Amino acid sequence: MRHIISMLMENESGALSRVAGLFSARGYNIQELTVAPTEDETVSRLTLVTEGNEQQIEQIVKHLNRLVDVVKVVDLTNGEHIERELLLIKLMATGAHREELKRLADIFRAQIVDVSATTYTIQLVGNKSKSDAFINALDASLILETVRSGALGIMRGEKRLQI
Amino acid sequence: MELTGAQIVVKFLEDEGVEHLWGYPGGAVLPIYDALDTTATKLQHILVRHEQAATHAADAYSRATGKPGLVLVTSGPGATNAITGLATAYMDSIPLIVITGQVPTNMIGLDAFQEVDTVGISRPIVKHNFLVRDVADLAETLKKAFHIALTGRPGPVLIDIPKDVQNAKTEYTYPESVNIRSYNVVTKGHSGQIRKAIDLMMNAERPVFYTGGGVVLGDASAQLTELVRTMGYPITQTLMGLGAFPASDAQSIGMLGMHGTYEANLAMHHCDVLIAIGARFDDRVTGKIEKFCPTAKIIHVDIDPASISKNVKVDVPIVGPVAQVLEDMLDMLRHEKRKPNSEAIAAWWKQIDEWRSIKCLTYQPSTKVIKPQSVIELLHEITKGDAYITSDVGQHQMWAAQYYPFDKPRRWINSGGLGTMGVGLPYAMGVKMAFPDAEVACVTGEGSIQMNIQELSTCLQYGLPVKIICLNNRFLGMVRQWQEFFYDRRYSMSYMDSLPDFVKLVEAYGHVGMKVTDPAELETKMREAFAMKDRLVFMDIQTDHTENVYPMIPAGAGQNEMILV
Ligand SMILES: Cc1cc2nc3c(=O)[nH]c(=O)nc-3n(C[C@H](O)[C@H](O)[C@H](O)COP(=O)(O)OP(=O)(O)OC[C@H]3O[C@@H](n4cnc5c(N)ncnc54)[C@H](O)[C@@H]3O)c2cc1C
Ligand SMILES: Cc1ncc(C[n+]2csc(CCOP(=O)(O)OP(=O)(O)O)c2C)c(N)n1
Ligand SMILES: [Mg+2]
Repeated sequence: MRHIISMLMENESGALSRVAGLFSARGYNIQELTVAPTEDETVSRLTLVTEGNEQQIEQIVKHLNRLVDVVKVVDLTNGEHIERELLLIKLMATGAHREELKRLADIFRAQIVDVSATTYTIQLVGNKSKSDAFINALDASLILETVRSGALGIMRGEKRLQI
Repeated sequence: MELTGAQIVVKFLEDEGVEHLWGYPGGAVLPIYDALDTTATKLQHILVRHEQAATHAADAYSRATGKPGLVLVTSGPGATNAITGLATAYMDSIPLIVITGQVPTNMIGLDAFQEVDTVGISRPIVKHNFLVRDVADLAETLKKAFHIALTGRPGPVLIDIPKDVQNAKTEYTYPESVNIRSYNVVTKGHSGQIRKAIDLMMNAERPVFYTGGGVVLGDASAQLTELVRTMGYPITQTLMGLGAFPASDAQSIGMLGMHGTYEANLAMHHCDVLIAIGARFDDRVTGKIEKFCPTAKIIHVDIDPASISKNVKVDVPIVGPVAQVLEDMLDMLRHEKRKPNSEAIAAWWKQIDEWRSIKCLTYQPSTKVIKPQSVIELLHEITKGDAYITSDVGQHQMWAAQYYPFDKPRRWINSGGLGTMGVGLPYAMGVKMAFPDAEVACVTGEGSIQMNIQELSTCLQYGLPVKIICLNNRFLGMVRQWQEFFYDRRYSMSYMDSLPDFVKLVEAYGHVGMKVTDPAELETKMREAFAMKDRLVFMDIQTDHTENVYPMIPAGAGQNEMILV
């Protein structure tokens, strides 16, 4: 099953490679990964998506907790949470396609954020399945470049991941 | 007091109470070596002949004393030579602290002379590592390293110090304590879980204690012994746990696993309650996981949550330091009204004694050729079972584990998890340095000993009169055994041709060498060797090369599928 795991870690050089190294060394696989500093500049928030059965995910979480640079870990999949990713997609947009792509973007509540004589760059925010659906709705031959941020996640309500 | 980074390292180690530092100099650590000369007062540096040996010696020092082992090596090749030692310590959870020099910070990343990414290379085989970029952080980083190495599940920590940081100056005060917000150690097991464990133990009909290195590392031998005696249940110990419970006690049914005893492995296979304490369900122990303890409810005490349910799903996990958890168990037992099911336990013991009666460790004695097992038995007799025994890796290691019953913890010093050939002699050095008056013997093979034989020179320089018991079977015996069993006797590359004349070799190093081929001479010679209290004696004992280690569970088989002879 797909799990979205989020953690706070020390904002130190090498911390990310410890996480990445753990996954490769133990044969787990990282499907998506995002990392950026938080409001506290000594701490980074890392979110990753991985696949595994219950026992594997349990081991992954335990091993992440074992890393000295990792402060807190949560498997967001276990509770109510919001998941978002940002999709930036550059499309061939000429002739009749220009109108049609704009319409499709509206349906998905995506925005055209850059325009050239022959292309549109569209931004879409949503969860993975929304991005997938949008990409699937497009004529594949029009896609020039796809950039996905990978999932970000946060717990719903008052619950939060904090030090 | 204003000091250079190099002086801070030396001063800190002394303030931390470190007595011995194993190492080898080079360009990137010259400032620290200079500080050793100018600043050190109590700290003794031992100059090894190869950095790998420094790491092993310090590792053994730790295994024998429980204190951290300290290593100092230079950047580049110094650091890479230390890697095997780090991995060895990591696999057996040993608090080894390795300080490496690094090229100056402004040259990092430029492929500078003797630059390697030491932190990157060592990352998967250390508990944690640090690159110190600012001298202001140095003392605190060193303190953190000690704290991390020694607490929780122990493990090696590496500190990489660029040369300019060693030369830079700052104010030094010894950091008495340190706080790492992202690193917290459990100090107690969950009492509800401990209660559940007691319930299972009380109702057990065929219980077994399965204990390991965690009991040794956690200094919980006394608590374990009391618990096992209180319950009256059989106990089997892993290779790493040997000595935590006295092997000579009737409740001990020997080592378990691939080369464990018949009674231990069958008891495991048939038990209904397994009480695992500080053991990590290694594949040398479990055999094929699907066939492991098919009828057992499993209790598992371990300080590392990641050890629990890693290989085998357990029923009652207890995360905590073994000494404290066992204290709590003993406490609950003192208020316990129930008694173990004496009828069932008696029947269980009867069954175990039946298994025991086949005497699976019996071997064919000989008057023509020296049997390796007999050498270990003799070693046990001559040292009155009270020596520190270090071992290399191979058949001789298994025979030492099987035929030298250890009654005390920290007496059996060997590489279990990584199985590193070449540790034996440096291990003996580390132990002898810690306990100069104790008898220290290294059981080795002619293959393993050659992997760090240069350390004979270190032994001479520092007066480390250890005894080397080399079971010379002219073969990489453990490899030969697998080839005999599983590769149709095709002995590919397992014959050790062109062996040196060990007697001459050790003599050249300034020690005493003895070659023994006649079984009738063995005892006299060994007594002679041990009578030379202040000499290192190397006994080149020509043993039966056809001998195999039994019992054996072939890899991938179940615990009840042992080869007996
Ligand atoms: C040639 C060869 C053959 C071998 N054959 C065998 C064999 O037949 N039988 C055998 O048993 N082994 C054998 N081994 C060794 C084997 O590979 C493993 O090293 C060994 O089984 C692991 O022992 P352990 O389970 O006690 O774990 P260790 O590696 O000693 O691990 C200790 C465990 O205790 C935990 N721990 C540490 N400190 C504490 C504390 N304070 N409180 C609580 N828990 C703590 C740790 O988290 C860890 O889980 C062999 C090795 C070699 C090289
Ligand atoms: C560094 C290293 N290389 C290879 C091995 C694989 N190996 C395990 S036992 C063994 C043979 C050891 O031979 P020897 O030291 O003569 O001991 P014996 O088995 O003959 O008693 C080998 C090659 C190892 N464990 N470590
Ligand atoms: Mg040999």
